[in-house]
Amino acid sequence: MGVSRSRTERLVNLVICLLATRRFLTAAQIALTVPGYEHDPEDPREHDAFQRKFERDKAELRDLGVPLETGTASVFDTEPGYRIARREYALPDIHLEPEEAAAIGIAARLWRNAGLAAAASSGLTKLRAAGVEVDPTTTLGVEPVVTVDPAFEPLTSAVRAGQAVTFGYRTPEADAAATRKLQPWGVVCWRGRWYVVGHDLDRGATRCFRLSRIVGGVRRIGRPGAYEPPRDVDLIDHVARWSGPVERTKQASVLVRPGRADGIRRWAQEIVAGPDGDRMVLGYADVDQFAAWLVGYGADVVVLDPPEVRECVIGRLREIAAQHPATEPAVRPEGVPA
Amino acid sequence: MTSTDRVGRLLTLVPYLLARPGISVDEAAADLDVTDRQLREDLELLWVCGLPGYGPGDLIDMAFDGDRVTITYDAGMDRPLRLNQDEALALIVALRMLAETPGVGERDAIERALAKLENAAGEFAEAPVAVRMAGNADRLEEFRKVVQRRRALRITYYTASRDEITERVVDPMRVLVMSGKSYMEAWCRRAEAVRMFRIDRIDAYEELAEPAAPPPQARSAEVRDSVFTPTPDLPLVRLRVDRSARWITEYYPCEEVHRDADRWVVTMRVADLGWARRLVLGLGAGVTVLSPPDLVAVVGGEARAALDAYVAP
Repeated sequence: MGVSRSRTERLVNLVICLLATRRFLTAAQIALTVPGYEHDPEDPREHDAFQRKFERDKAELRDLGVPLETGTASVFDTEPGYRIARREYALPDIHLEPEEAAAIGIAARLWRNAGLAAAASSGLTKLRAAGVEVDPTTTLGVEPVVTVDPAFEPLTSAVRAGQAVTFGYRTPEADAAATRKLQPWGVVCWRGRWYVVGHDLDRGATRCFRLSRIVGGVRRIGRPGAYEPPRDVDLIDHVARWSGPVERTKQASVLVRPGRADGIRRWAQEIVAGPDGDRMVLGYADVDQFAAWLVGYGADVVVLDPPEVRECVIGRLREIAAQHPATEPAVRPEGVPA
Repeated sequence: MTSTDRVGRLLTLVPYLLARPGISVDEAAADLDVTDRQLREDLELLWVCGLPGYGPGDLIDMAFDGDRVTITYDAGMDRPLRLNQDEALALIVALRMLAETPGVGERDAIERALAKLENAAGEFAEAPVAVRMAGNADRLEEFRKVVQRRRALRITYYTASRDEITERVVDPMRVLVMSGKSYMEAWCRRAEAVRMFRIDRIDAYEELAEPAAPPPQARSAEVRDSVFTPTPDLPLVRLRVDRSARWITEYYPCEEVHRDADRWVVTMRVADLGWARRLVLGLGAGVTVLSPPDLVAVVGGEARAALDAYVAP
């Protein structure tokens, strides 16, 4: 605690000192001014220790986002000096109406993911420190729940750095994760799922990848700034192309047992009750997908028309029957809903 | 807490207090999400920080009045540090999500807040993240208003797990959007429990004259990324799955997935065996039920019964 306290104190004093100075201060001048850097500059060991300490402190301030400016006070100086430009340091003035502040307060609470939740909360604290009042009780009527995959952070920072990445990618159909190399352009949230879009270096083409399928971390390859994402690219469009809406232009008619298969009833364009069941008209797009959905309802549904759907359903039922042979006695046991 | 976090907190603390003269220590601690004790330690530390010279007129100074604190000298620390890259990203992307969520109120305020925040974030405002939420915007807007009117509803609801349409009276609580689907959370008087209703499965509704009155025990669920969380009391189903149906392991929560020659054996808990039967029949040849034996018999029996209808004269 003692060490940490004196280090914290030294860093806060360093920031105050560098904010207050107009002249660039050299490391030696800083050592003479800021408490915690006292040492004998003539003693090589002490001097080395000071330099290491000062390097660590500078790195820590940069991690915090403190913009350290480097320069020399005059043309006669050979040693670099440091200062912090107030204009670069300070959060610009931001005036928010109460409902705007409330919106940011709600936005900050959306993240359920630890990393971004902490960043959102410290960002909100800075806004509060700039005088913004956030009413924590406001709601907007609808609350999105946001979760994000671990690959989100490394990918967004790689996009900013303009640096290619490599990662393991496992699709459900594949045996093992494949290694992919990508120049990422951006990350997209599409219908609640996260994707990265970019130029696939092995395929030589634009590709998008689902973040939840990335396994074992994201590693940067190549040099930073090696490429620039295309300016006019519509990231959402790339993702949407993979999962666009389907038009149900074809029609089928089916016979459904009275009072059964509510899931099918909801989609019927027309229902006519008859002695042998309810005749319904349904729209469909892909025969195979449509047949699969109907087969889910088993003997409650019989396809009347068209033949392509009828045959597809019969084929599927035969395969299922063959894979689940009857054991004696083949009756529906008690307690299992039909 | 690392020393970097603490330095960051201290740099923010001075302007925060400066903007709120006479704030009580507990109120500030609650606002900044630290304990009273941490905040008092931070204040003590700030007391020995200040401008070079470090004399009485150079150090940060504050006045205490009982539990209330006022910064009387800020040593030039009157503004918070600008947002860093992660903070800008987290807030801007979250605001874009809010703005993109159908049915969210105060949309203009969100857009204005976003513009102001992007302006304040400077070079970090360009977040390489695009957002498009799904859902039927009109329907969601409609339900947001319904919930705000605070009336009980009679709804016609399709329960996919049981494949049935039922009527029930519910007391609406809130509307939320999760993994691209919209839900209304409500107290269901039939189930006498809080239930999450998918808005696209509410086939019809009628507002009742009586007010929505969820009982005191009705609490909002802590929502993660999935509405269905399997519990150990639910029956286990084991399936042999081939490549064509492997997607189910990504779509439904599974207990175990392991490789078996050129296929996978998947173990999952299901809320309802009737649902499992529809799932397996729908997947066709890509899936074979291994257990329980009841499900094997029902799936095979159902397929044979359905085939009979096609061979009949």
